[in-house]
Amino acid sequence: MDFALSEEHRMVQQMVRDFAQKEVAPIIKEQDRKQEMAAFILPRMGELGILGVCFPMRYGGQGMDYIALGLVCEELEAVDSSLRVVMSVHVGLNSMGLLQWGTEEQKQRLLAPQARGEKVACFGLTESGAGSDVAAIASTARWDGDVYILNGEKMWISLATKAHHALVVARTNLKAADPHEGLSAFLVDLSLPGVTTGDIHGKLGVRAGSTGWLAFQDVRVPVENRIGEEGEGFKIAMSCLDNGRYTVGAGAVGLIRASLEASVRYAHERKAFGREIGKFQLIQQKIARMVQSYEAGRLLYLRAGWMKNQGLRNTRETSLAKWFATDASFEAASEAIQVHGAYGYSDEYEVERYLRNSKGAIIYEGTSEIHQLMQAGYALGYREDAPLRCELPAYDAEFWQAE
Amino acid sequence: MKIVVCVKQVPDSAAKVVVEDGKVSWGDAPLVINPWDEFAVEAALLQKEAQDGEVIALSLGGESAKDALKHALAMGCNEAILVSDPTLAAADSQAVAKVLSAAIKKIGDVDAVFFGRQAIDGDMGVTAAQTGRVLGWPVLSLVSVINSLDPSAHTVRVGRATEEGRQVVESSLPAVLSVGKDIAEPRYPSFMGIRKASRAEIPIWSLADLGIPAPAVQVHWPEIFSPPAREVVTELITGGSPEEIAEKLADKILAEKVL
Repeated sequence: MDFALSEEHRMVQQMVRDFAQKEVAPIIKEQDRKQEMAAFILPRMGELGILGVCFPMRYGGQGMDYIALGLVCEELEAVDSSLRVVMSVHVGLNSMGLLQWGTEEQKQRLLAPQARGEKVACFGLTESGAGSDVAAIASTARWDGDVYILNGEKMWISLATKAHHALVVARTNLKAADPHEGLSAFLVDLSLPGVTTGDIHGKLGVRAGSTGWLAFQDVRVPVENRIGEEGEGFKIAMSCLDNGRYTVGAGAVGLIRASLEASVRYAHERKAFGREIGKFQLIQQKIARMVQSYEAGRLLYLRAGWMKNQGLRNTRETSLAKWFATDASFEAASEAIQVHGAYGYSDEYEVERYLRNSKGAIIYEGTSEIHQLMQAGYALGYREDAPLRCELPAYDAEFWQAE
Repeated sequence: MKIVVCVKQVPDSAAKVVVEDGKVSWGDAPLVINPWDEFAVEAALLQKEAQDGEVIALSLGGESAKDALKHALAMGCNEAILVSDPTLAAADSQAVAKVLSAAIKKIGDVDAVFFGRQAIDGDMGVTAAQTGRVLGWPVLSLVSVINSLDPSAHTVRVGRATEEGRQVVESSLPAVLSVGKDIAEPRYPSFMGIRKASRAEIPIWSLADLGIPAPAVQVHWPEIFSPPAREVVTELITGGSPEEIAEKLADKILAEKVL
């Protein structure tokens, strides 16, 4: 067992840290106030290769592994959750789904431009009436003998107004005995006639990110953009979540680290009763908890990343990493505000943004409640993961790095 | 075209440097490539890309200096060489210049040598000039822009940022250039560069490999001490109107003999 990061991983970490700290940290407060994503973020992340970090070079990626993806997410969310959200939807939920379920032709045609950052991708699963209850999806894709006719609305979609492509799950079989089996997945070009998109404002957190809705009215989706077989939509969506949740968990660990670092800094600076407040045991207790959460969360996501590298099914481990880290990040951010006292309650310091940003991840990509049901299900033997027709390919350095 | 970029490994600019038991210490702060040298690497890479050349990063230091070289490789340098020798532990800038010159000669067919304007640890800012002197090559310092660098015509034309303004100068090649931060924003390492760097076996040259004796060291540090801590007292001046506050402030400044 080796707990050390490789030199390659450490350099990736440093490179992404430099980008986030130098280019985003100075402007993030203003973007958060304006509720607007800075225009340079997506092109810059594409140009630097971050949007394609873990994909084989032959599909436009950078040839790094899934651990590198996790480290990137941790570094990005240590500055702002909106940066990590980009990785969750563009890489985790969409592009990794194409890597797992797409045909060779689809990987060349659809994945490669996404991995190169030329096309931004989002994920359309949730609807206003279907969140945790995925089988309640009402969007339909009706086969008319030539193309699929897509109708419906997707809600709470990150990057809805920024993306060029969306991986959309819609109902193709209204009569399926099990409603889960009536779903199919499509990679929809959002420039097609009949697609409209919009932003949602007034969110509690991730205000420097873009969240919105997608509406489809008689959108003609070619059959070559159907991902997987008809009826595989639910399974595809669930494996996309295995990858998205990994990025969310790794990112939440970055948020814990940011809360910890801010708290340590402030505990040294701030004096009360003639001493720096770090000397008080109740402050120390908060800091100790953050250290515990950070290190445990980190080990959990790195294990999930390692399993992905090995090609092992990791639904349980990824769910655990995501559940633990997101809950812990909310607590860490809240305690960081407490350490900062009244200053932490104002946006003069970063920690109030951390708290607002942390809440979303406890709701999306499986609420904490869903993850608890999953964990209990595995422990009690009520739940097991059946093999999939297409598993996420194990990381193979030679294949990934060949052009 | 062949350019050598000299880089140095230094304590991070955010490190708290103190003197402990007569020795300089930066605690457990990370060592990084000298930030000025990143500009030199960037300048060299831009030349390489414009005319299909080769850039070799060169450093003098201990094993840890390999990290600075790997950073340069990850940014896009073709090769890296470390010169390391136990006799160089207390080398001054002149001794460093002699060693770098010997390494540059050993590399051979070098058209230009790039330096950052100074290293943020020693802050001497003379190694480039001394290296040029040892090599017998012209030195162009404070370079802010490279207008042309033509190895076949053996000429280089640069803009220098001086206090009075910008000066355009031409020189023959080979030459030594030391660059400032106006030259171009250093790029981040690329993912491909990172992979290449992490796998690179960096050759280590000793003084024996260079065929030179340990250079004499002229500049010594007889005494090193941490600067005394400054006593800062903060006072808030209040008043009913801006005029009143300004008046109080002016009185205070005069009383304290600041002006």
